[in-house]
Formats: sequence, structure tokens, C-alpha cells
Amino acid sequence: MKNGVGVAQNIVLFGGTSEIGQAILKRVVKPGVAHLVLVSRDIEAAAEASQGLMDEYSDLEVHHVRYDASDSESIVHVVDEVVAAVGDIDVAILAQGVLNEGHDYFENPAGLVSMANVNFTGKMVLMYSLAARMRTQGYGKIVLLSSVAGERVRKGNPAYGATKAGIDGFALALDHELVGSGASVLVVRPGFVTTKMTAGMSKAPFSTDADSVAKIVEKGISSNSKVVWAPGVLQWMFLVLKNLPIAIWRRLPL
Amino acid sequence: MSKQRLSGWGRTAWTVADVVTTNEPDQIRQLISGAGERGVIARGLGRSYGAAAQNAGGTVIEMANESDPLGIDAVLDPVSGLLDVAAGVSLDSILRMCVPRGWFVPVTPGTRFVTVGGAISSDVHGKNHHLDGSFGQHVLSITLMLASGEIVELSPTEKPAWFWATVGGMGLTGIILRASIAMLPIESAKVRVETERLGNFDAVCEAMASDGADDDYRYSVCWVDLLATGANMGRGVLTRGDHAKASEVDSDDPCAYDPRLNVSAPGWVPNGLLNKFSIKVFNEAWYRKAPSKRHVGLESIPAFFHPLDGVNKWNRLYGNQGFIQYQFIVPLDRTDVLRKVIETFSAAGVGSFLAVLKRMGLQNLAPMSFPTEGWTLTLDIAAGIKGLAELLSKVDTMVLDAGGRHYLAKDSHVSPVAVHRGYPRLDEWMETQHQMDPHGIWRSDLARRLGLIEPRRS
Repeated sequence: MKNGVGVAQNIVLFGGTSEIGQAILKRVVKPGVAHLVLVSRDIEAAAEASQGLMDEYSDLEVHHVRYDASDSESIVHVVDEVVAAVGDIDVAILAQGVLNEGHDYFENPAGLVSMANVNFTGKMVLMYSLAARMRTQGYGKIVLLSSVAGERVRKGNPAYGATKAGIDGFALALDHELVGSGASVLVVRPGFVTTKMTAGMSKAPFSTDADSVAKIVEKGISSNSKVVWAPGVLQWMFLVLKNLPIAIWRRLPL
Repeated sequence: MSKQRLSGWGRTAWTVADVVTTNEPDQIRQLISGAGERGVIARGLGRSYGAAAQNAGGTVIEMANESDPLGIDAVLDPVSGLLDVAAGVSLDSILRMCVPRGWFVPVTPGTRFVTVGGAISSDVHGKNHHLDGSFGQHVLSITLMLASGEIVELSPTEKPAWFWATVGGMGLTGIILRASIAMLPIESAKVRVETERLGNFDAVCEAMASDGADDDYRYSVCWVDLLATGANMGRGVLTRGDHAKASEVDSDDPCAYDPRLNVSAPGWVPNGLLNKFSIKVFNEAWYRKAPSKRHVGLESIPAFFHPLDGVNKWNRLYGNQGFIQYQFIVPLDRTDVLRKVIETFSAAGVGSFLAVLKRMGLQNLAPMSFPTEGWTLTLDIAAGIKGLAELLSKVDTMVLDAGGRHYLAKDSHVSPVAVHRGYPRLDEWMETQHQMDPHGIWRSDLARRLGLIEPRRS
């Protein structure tokens, strides 16, 4: 149960080893949080990533649930497992994702299936399962880490951008569908975030770091926003970029 | 039945439930038997600050029905002053009915817009706690619907364990349908009030101490300025008094009673309007407004007992982020903790619009009743303040370490551990609650957060 000063008692992170996900936990785990569930493929790595939080909050109970984010059929049972462990889910953060930068899908188009499963299909299944649970609960918040890459899909990694565009649109409409149920969705659109996922890539303009994203997410949760951008200026930049004629858009050095 | 978003008076932690307005036993029975695993809770006028009368994903039964065409469902015995009243009736209605006839409620909290059912479930207290105890001590019997649908009569002699578990039981033992209450005879609708300004916290504690003159006054409470620092730290305005005798009131009809709502708060207020600067200005004005020398005068019942009721929906003044009310009690000899708490809030720049200090009398027999002999401090805090969760957790620990506790009717943030530490008879109460509700029908958001109920047992 959430409390009156904005602290969620039970928090779940999907993609338990995600750097942005862990950065968000550092912000939202406060005195009063009772249970933290890390859902990940690699439990040992997730445990290691959350060691700092466990040291800081001795009363915090950390649970681990193993899943395969690309197995979009079995993912439906993951929410049941989480509920069995902690009961009501106050906040669920969805941070799992694959970028597959540099993959040559011309050579290996079949590789797209698992990417689409992690970034799109599996997430839809997961979000509907979470939404169903939260509707029953009469409250709850799903935080989806989307990306500005979905705002206007571009060459370089069109498949990644397309999955983000898909899940972003889905999440906003799901939130609309949940109006009146007490449950809601927050869509987070970060720009280029310097993490291990983007290591070695050249930085895009207005790049940011995981903690800056986390700060914006914390504020977005407490102010009950529908969409937040990180950094905020990207909202205005993409308002322009989205509406550029194709001929100009394609010439931009992005 | 309709889906509605509910919160407490503090307007935080909103959740959605199926809400039904009824006080018909047959309909309530049907709702209980049709309840899903999220259970049922009764709601009165929604004046508890936190999540006591809301039930995320479950059923909420609204008992208050002020627009009942049949009038107020209450009968007053003009000789004994015994009031037989339906649970959904408010203290406001009771006062309108009874004050002109020379009877007053035995205990009133800072608002008269609470129902009898809510007053019993929270075991509310008022400015007379040091002499008269809390609301439950003036209740002679309770008609309660159990989770089974059975209706039982409870009193201090009839099923006393169930009676005292229901007093202060936060609605988790059953639905209170009726109660009979021993009213207080009065000669007038005026209160003789002595007001004095006290320049610092030591002066406040001394004036209200148990070995002083405080027990000569039926009503006693002190407003404290939490933002005053240095030599003025903890300065306050002490008001004490009793119902005025008919002879003191210059009127043909000394019991004439006309409570009016003066103004409404605007529908929308920006977050942060009440901040440490605006509160500082208000506090200064409030302190200066009080006479520097002790002053005796007559005040009306609303002005003395329910000053905030003068502003309709004043809870909106905190903006859409809402506010919390922090009320705790510490033993009589721990004024050092009060001082430390005030200093902690002041150092963090957390102001409180109306902080109130009161010395409480002896504890009653109810395991979950809040008041114990000691000092209770109450403050309003805007919920959106940065770092509030960390700050409150620090203060919680100070209170608990001193053997204190928090008031559940106001609570919207403490941890389950805080209730276990603060209420040593919690386990005993939970056992009684289990007898009365073996299948775990009664649930509220407060109960879920604090672990007052076990996960559904059936």
C-alpha cells in the first residue's frame, strides 16, 4: 500500500540489472518501502546491483524472480509470482530492453523476433497482466521506460526505434483505458543515456545519465504525470523533429 | 454501486473502490456476503486524515446520510441525557438537535463533521481528555453488525472484550449501526474561555502540567508556533475554559445555537501556498492577535471547539498534493522529546499551520485507543515537501524510543513496526478481531499498510 507521503510499500523492477532501473530504485526506495522485487534473467547480478540499497535499508526485504524477457508467453505468469511473494504491487518499473546496436538484420532478420519479444510483445503481455492486477487492487503505477528513439524512428537501428514507438503508443493508450480504475501508466522518454548499454556509442546531443533520468521519474510518479522526458528539453526538440518534412529529416546528422 | 476515487481528509494516497451509500442492515448484509477478496469497510464523513475509511479495489459503505428526509435518526432522553443515535449521524447534527435542549456531546474532536460511527472507531478525543477521557468512555452501548451478518449488542458489561476492541478498532471489527451516548448537561451555548500568551516552550509545559491549575479547567489546549526560534522557541497561545453558566450569558435563550459555515476554500489552490514563509507570517499574526495578558471572555461553541469548520473544505488549502497530519503522544516526563521533535521540524524548515499541544489523561480499556497519559502534539504538514519521508521516519523513531505512539485516525505514513512498538496490546486486539471476523471481511487501506489484519484467511 502506498502511503500519504508518496512512498510505495511494494516496488517491482523488471530488468533487475538495468542501470536506469537501479538508478530509479535509489531514488524511490525510502524509509517505508517494505518489499522490493527484482525480476531478471540473472538473479546473482541483480542481487549484486541492489546490494547498496540492502545495506542502506536493513528492513527492506528483497525478493528475486527469474524470467526470460524474450519468452513473451511465459511472462504472463511472472506477475502471479510477484503477487504471491508480496501481495499488492504499488509501483512496477519496466526497464528491460535490448538495443542490439550494430546487428546486421539484413544478414540475420530472424534475430528481430527476440528483440521484438523483449522490447514490445513481452512488455505488452506484462503490462496487461500488471494492469489487470492493479485494476483489481484499485490503485498502482506502471512506469515504462520508453525512448525518444520511438518518437521518430530513424535509420541506424530502425527495429529498436520501431519497438519503442510501438510500446510507447501502447502504454499511453493503456493508461487511457485504465482511467477511473485507480491504476495508471507513466511513460518515460529518455534521450541518449550513458550506461553500459550505450558504451562505445557516440553520444547524441542532450545526452544524460541514469540518475538524472531517475530524478525525473521520481517527480513524474509523485506528480502523477502521463509522460516525462529526460532531459525535459527533448520534448520541445522532438516537437520540431517529428514534424520536419522527410527530405529535411533525412539530411539531419542524427 | 459506483467506482469512486477516495482519500482521507488529507487528500493523499487516493485509491478506487466500489462505493455504496446505505445504512440499511439488509443491504449491508448483502454487500458483505457479496464482497470479494478485497473486503469491505464503512466510511463516515471522510474526516480521518489518512486511509482509514478507504478500501482499494474493495467495497466501501458510506454510512453518513445527512439529507435523510426523515430527519436525524436520534432520540434524546431529556431527563437522563442518554442519546440513542444511528452511526451515520454527525456530531454537527447532534449538536444542532441537543444544544438548544441543554445537552452537549461528551467529547468533540476539532471538527464536528464526524459521524458517531467514526468517533467510536477512532475513539476520538477533545480538549477535555485530561479530565473526561475519550469518546468511547461515554458510549454505553454499540449495535454492531459482524462479518457474519449477525447483529450484536456490545457494552462495557455485555461482551466487554468486543466492545473495547470496537472502540478505537478503526472499523475492523464490524459495522457500527447504532450507539447510545451519555450526553453532557450544559446551561448555555457559550464557553467561558481564558486566553493567555506564553512566550516559550517551558512556559507552555509548565502552564499545562498535571500538578498545576490545568485540571481546574474542563477544556484545555495550546496552539504552538513551530517556526519560532531561539528564546521564542515553542511559544504558544493557551486557551482553557468550560461551558458558561446561564447566569453568565446575557440572553433570554442562553442555549440558542447557530453554527454557520462562513466561507469555502477555493476549488483549486496551487501546491506550496502554505509554505514556511506564509506560515511564519500567519503564526506571527496569530500569536500577536492573542492578548498579552490573561483574558477571559465568552466564545461560541464553533469558535472554541471547531475553528477550522468555519472554512468549508479547508483541506484544499494545501493544493492537489494534499497534506498529512502528524499526531503523536509521549509520556508526561518526556517533554524533552517534544522539544527535540519541534526543533527537528523547525531545523528542516517544515512549518505547520496550527500545531496543537495537549496534556492527555489516563488511558482507557480499549487496546487500540490512542490516548495515554502524556503530551500529544499535532501538526499539519504539506505532503509534497522534499525529504519528508526521511524526516518523518527520524521523528517516528524519537517518538517510539520515548515510549510514545501515533494516532491511527490521523496516520498516513508510519510503518507496521511503529504500530507494533507503539501499541503493546496490538496482538491481543488482533486476536479479538480474528474472533469477530474469522474470514477477514473488514479491510481498509490503513489496515493493509500497517498489517492490522492478516492476509485474507478464508
